[in-house]
Amino acid sequence: MFSEELKKYSWDGTTAEIMAMTAADVERALSKERLDDRDFMALISPAAEPYLEQMAQRSRAITERRFGKTISIFIPLYITNSCTNSCVYCGFNRHNKFPRIVLTPEQIEAECKAIKEMGPFENLLIVTGENPAVAGTDYLEKALQVCRPYFSNLTIEVMPLSAEDYERLTHSGLNGVVCFQETYNRDRYKVYHPAGMKSKFEWRCDGFDRMGQAGVHKIGMGVLIGLEDWRTDVTMMARHLTYLRKHYWKTRYSVNFPRMRPSEAGFQPNVVMSDRELAQLTFAFRIFDPDVDISYSTRENHQFRNNMATLGVTTMSAGSKTDPGGYACYPDSLEQFAISDPTGPLAVAADLRALGREPVWKDWDRIFD
Amino acid sequence: MDKLIIGGREFTSRLFVGTGKFRSNELMSAAIEASGTEMVTVAMKRIDMDNKDDDMLRHVVREGVQLLPNTSGVRNADEAVLAAQLAREAFGTNFIKLEIHPDPKYLLPDPVETLAATERLAKMGFIVLPYIQADPVLCKRLEEAGAAAVMPLAAPIGSNKGLVTSELLKIIIEQSCLPVVVDAGLGVPSHAAAAMEMGADAVLVNTAIAVAGDPVRMARAFAAATIAGREAYEAGPGAVCDCASASSPLTSFLS
Repeated sequence: MFSEELKKYSWDGTTAEIMAMTAADVERALSKERLDDRDFMALISPAAEPYLEQMAQRSRAITERRFGKTISIFIPLYITNSCTNSCVYCGFNRHNKFPRIVLTPEQIEAECKAIKEMGPFENLLIVTGENPAVAGTDYLEKALQVCRPYFSNLTIEVMPLSAEDYERLTHSGLNGVVCFQETYNRDRYKVYHPAGMKSKFEWRCDGFDRMGQAGVHKIGMGVLIGLEDWRTDVTMMARHLTYLRKHYWKTRYSVNFPRMRPSEAGFQPNVVMSDRELAQLTFAFRIFDPDVDISYSTRENHQFRNNMATLGVTTMSAGSKTDPGGYACYPDSLEQFAISDPTGPLAVAADLRALGREPVWKDWDRIFD
Repeated sequence: MDKLIIGGREFTSRLFVGTGKFRSNELMSAAIEASGTEMVTVAMKRIDMDNKDDDMLRHVVREGVQLLPNTSGVRNADEAVLAAQLAREAFGTNFIKLEIHPDPKYLLPDPVETLAATERLAKMGFIVLPYIQADPVLCKRLEEAGAAAVMPLAAPIGSNKGLVTSELLKIIIEQSCLPVVVDAGLGVPSHAAAAMEMGADAVLVNTAIAVAGDPVRMARAFAAATIAGREAYEAGPGAVCDCASASSPLTSFLS
């Protein structure tokens, strides 16, 4: 399990190592065919700042070779904001007073129909809070079954489950699982996640092993940029990805770098990542792992997404609502976080075409489930 | 240098040596000594297992060196399992180099039978080191089947052609959770150094030493090359510079 492996790495030692990287380390990393975690650390370090253009060129070339000139499109569907956790940065925090919604199967279907009217979506990301009593595995199973006829690829972003439950959901069309570790800083994790199941660092961290054991086709990872030193956090995530690739080699992987946005909870980011730094991180991840899917959500603004669309990003969401029922049933419910790109999906697709990128709506079929 | 551990045993030398093709057992013994190896493979078919004073065996066995019996000559999983059991009884070791090559001309390993035999032998408590094609997927399957290391070939056995399969070996090394021992085809010490620089955990050399003009000196040369390659890998090579100083057409939006 990765929580054991993670003990090999010191947080402070890793931070110091990143900050001590030199131009020679960056040049070495850029000259290598296969990069290790030290090379990755060089590429995200301040020493790599003068190499940004070179990194962008390399990132674009690798991306085009591996993925072609395409961007996969997905849309999230929030089906409940009910949550027993009290994550200090999240709008769904159980202490926030607002009406909690758990969509019924009929309402989920209405949302599916509304999404299909917005654009030819085939990749759906089903999102929940964490409240197993009202929205546990049975509920997720039902939701997948309702969505399955409308979409060819179903991914969930929900609380960590047991390997048995992941496996069970694959029989109802589950293809991928997204889970953000938020931060790999074990000591500080509880500061941000003080209560509920999410306060259990190991349970969350080892959830990725359980997804792998269950044979989930695609695993999405992420750290929330804004909690701890982002360079150290993404280095730990890169190590986690390397570990997962070795152990669960039949699985595909994606990474996300969500920058914290304002939310109802009023928590302000501890660290702020600039556009320039997010670009550097995106290039570094692409060079480090040519095969990983790099996903940008509508947390990022339209112009920045367009600029990055040809430089390493391979998947984007479009037309997103981050509130349950937001597409049809409850258009005014509380959103998890504020989005920055409200552009409609067809307009996003048109922009991508103008950039020389084919928006890919469908790249899976249920016959492969 | 980092230590290499296979089957719970620690190895300081990352050069494994084969014992076939030498013009005398005495010369073979001297070459083993000169190589500094701690793992020597021997074909069961060459040994008279009923004779404790077998001349070849007498020249192979020595203090501090792990004997790695190999099943060369078997053609399928059933024969391999039987051979491994005989080897365990005769040599008193759970280590077994699994070689199943039904093709007598190129001696290319049979992946299907090798996977089946690995699974069975691992369940029987053997420390299985399968000799295989440089096939990354097969390596992962062998890992799941309980192999203790994988031994992909660099080139057909005895060909001395070097790292013909290098692109596939790189993938195997990147993905493997097990030690990767590059086996077969290494012809000169620079091949061994290159394999080690690539990140292989060890190399196995036989023909290149056995048929050299002076096998003892060649064994010494392979030992030095193996150490040099590993040291270089752990040290981290410097940059190969082909970088043009780029203007900023792609990143000007970030200024």
